[in-house]
Amino acid sequence: MDRAALAGVRIADFAWAWAGAHAGTLLAFLGAEVIKIESLIRPDFSRTRSLTTGQKFEGLDQSAVFNDINLGKLSVRINLGHPRGLELAKAIVQISDVVTQNWRPGAMELFGLGYKDLSEVKPDIIYLSSSAQGMTGPEGRSLGLAPDFAAIGGLSYITGYADGPPTELAGEIDLLSAYTSAFAILAALNYRQQSGYGQHIDTSSSEAISVLIGEVLMDYTMNGRVQCRQGNRDEFMAPHNCYRCRGEDKWVSIAVGSDEEWRAFTNAIGNPEWTEDPSFSDAHSRWRNQQQLDKLVEDWTLARSHYEVMEILQQAGVAAVPSFNSQELYSDPHLKERRFWQEIEHPIIGRQTVAGPPWKLSATPARVYRHGPLLGEHNEYVFGELLGLPSDEIVRLVEEKIIY
Amino acid sequence: MPERALGGVRVLEYAQFAAGPYCAKLLADLGAEVVKVEKPGAGDEARNRGPFLNDVPHLEWSGLFLYLNTNKLGITLNPEAATGTEVFKELVRGVDILIEDKPPQLMKELGLDYQALEAANPRLVMTSITPFGQTGYYAEYKAYCLNSYHSGLLGYLSPRNSPNLDREPIKAGGLVGEYSCGLNAALATLAALYSQRATGSGQHVDVSKQESLISLQRVFAAFYPNQGINPTRLAQATGMGGVMRCQDGYISVNFVEDHQWQAVVRLMGNPSWAQDERYKDIAFRAAHWEEIEPMISEWMLSHTREEIHRWTQESCPSGPVMSAEEVVNSAQAKARGFFTNIDHPAAGMAKYPTAPYIFSETPWAVDRSAPLLGEHNEQIYCGRLGHTRQDLVRMRQAGII
Repeated sequence: MDRAALAGVRIADFAWAWAGAHAGTLLAFLGAEVIKIESLIRPDFSRTRSLTTGQKFEGLDQSAVFNDINLGKLSVRINLGHPRGLELAKAIVQISDVVTQNWRPGAMELFGLGYKDLSEVKPDIIYLSSSAQGMTGPEGRSLGLAPDFAAIGGLSYITGYADGPPTELAGEIDLLSAYTSAFAILAALNYRQQSGYGQHIDTSSSEAISVLIGEVLMDYTMNGRVQCRQGNRDEFMAPHNCYRCRGEDKWVSIAVGSDEEWRAFTNAIGNPEWTEDPSFSDAHSRWRNQQQLDKLVEDWTLARSHYEVMEILQQAGVAAVPSFNSQELYSDPHLKERRFWQEIEHPIIGRQTVAGPPWKLSATPARVYRHGPLLGEHNEYVFGELLGLPSDEIVRLVEEKIIY
Repeated sequence: MPERALGGVRVLEYAQFAAGPYCAKLLADLGAEVVKVEKPGAGDEARNRGPFLNDVPHLEWSGLFLYLNTNKLGITLNPEAATGTEVFKELVRGVDILIEDKPPQLMKELGLDYQALEAANPRLVMTSITPFGQTGYYAEYKAYCLNSYHSGLLGYLSPRNSPNLDREPIKAGGLVGEYSCGLNAALATLAALYSQRATGSGQHVDVSKQESLISLQRVFAAFYPNQGINPTRLAQATGMGGVMRCQDGYISVNFVEDHQWQAVVRLMGNPSWAQDERYKDIAFRAAHWEEIEPMISEWMLSHTREEIHRWTQESCPSGPVMSAEEVVNSAQAKARGFFTNIDHPAAGMAKYPTAPYIFSETPWAVDRSAPLLGEHNEQIYCGRLGHTRQDLVRMRQAGII
């Protein structure tokens, strides 16, 4: 087997839910050994409930959501409220390179698991804290979930129809926070590789959204302008929208960015008379008259499937892509060719189809190494093999509800 | 001066607009030296996009360009001209990382694909960011920000909580999809750099924008194969609140746990309707959301975002929906130094967002403002590659730089 990019990197993962937990999974895709530290007292939230649908799961090992968000990790059960449990957690940290956590700011410190505590155990540890608004400032103890990060970050306000309310955003917001944390950890790992030093990283999930709308924030700081919602519209381009196609709830996105693309577009649709209308003769007039233009474009798309529209326009050099749904993405020939979807066997819920790692690395391929772990599935390996506890002691710790 | 996390790392950027430049910016902000290659004369497409300072279009006044290219050096080069290709390879020999966003076929035709560049520099980490990746049926398909967003499920699911499917699915505001792909690419690039420093060999990192975006909604994306369900943007009550209207705008409040619901009931003044024990169950609340929502709304509408946020924070996650103005002026942003003033020779002083993480040992920092078009030609071509100033004149006249 090829070497993994993060071969030899071990992560003690105290994070949970989505924003915190998925950072570890991204690093596990890249070959890090991620040990998730949980307990019956506080199992990961997504083991019991889906925050996206509200769905409840029966046992602690039956959540497809948990599986997907925690792919590739190992799991141990530790009662962190017990002094011996705390010792076990610290022993794991001692043999780890990275700690991740997204408890409410201050909570890890109460348990004696703050950066100070753990850097005494492992001086070069990289310790990533992720929280709603960061650990400092007046909101430094804030509680938040994904829709709150998007709201505070400024993205909800600018997402929606021009005549509609701001949009609630969820799943992708959590995962953007996870990607941000994983990026920051990798920067710190690179630094440690060169210098030998670890450090603490304080990530704000709301700021992780704000940095993605930099130009919108700069429009305010430079020009005093507060941008608002505008659906699919662009500042300059038209056509630039989703157009209804044949079938139920089928849409294609079309964006025309230059006069050259406009000519390619009109040729591809057979130069109907309206394309000669002076109200569409240059980019600015098309933009000004885009409402009228959108109707005419849709008259053409309505008679075709969204795949047909993509094929016709892409052949002509025009950017047109369906607004794909889950079913279409699963059967899409392009993604099949790239082997994007992968199957993984889960001991309780059976075979699951999951999105593979979102990068193809030629020398150190990223992989979905294993299913999301059962609660405590790797107690034996971690306590026995890695920490060297004799098996009778492990049995005793289980009986005393320290491994719990 | 504190150390930089990526000090000593050399990066060449041959990318434009938002995704590739954001990827390189993330590295530059942590101390990598990024040399950005722009088209002679016109420069990066982002230079022609707003917001422009004072709404005056100018190559050096685009807020988008300024933000995405702070901390980089800028040179002009046309790698599509024969001499340009050679110069490009010279540049590649001296870097650890190349970030590019050109159609795969074009890079091959120019002799600048990974195979060719690996021969020139075996340690090279080459990160390619394209709409559909390096391989597959759609590899050469075009996609702007709008198209990519819709290619990766995020569009189809938006706007969340639509009352019906009559209206078109939409993209998120701004260029969030593009930035997100840049972040995803930067993550993989640093993993490849880590591996390069451990083993001495580089590699090609193929990032598809479509796959990057699907992965951000990976749970919904896998609904169809696993459950036969095709999620849509239709409203689906979860019984845990969400973005709701209040007196001075909108606020997101979430009550997932029983105690959180109880807290909201207390805040509403223990109204008689909420005493029904069954409401404690999130599933019951979800099933009866249509009855509950107007009653919660009534309470919300008589209070401001600040009041509701302060009160609910005792036990519930919450967040006011904030405009750009409010984000910039928030006390939290000030306390964390989330914005910083940067002086640019053409655009002057402006406030820029910084970074969403505070590193204790290797802080984010501004070393320089975004480059003027071709600002560092002499420094790089003469200082680093050893060309003479006369060479530069000739290359300029040939349209290569």
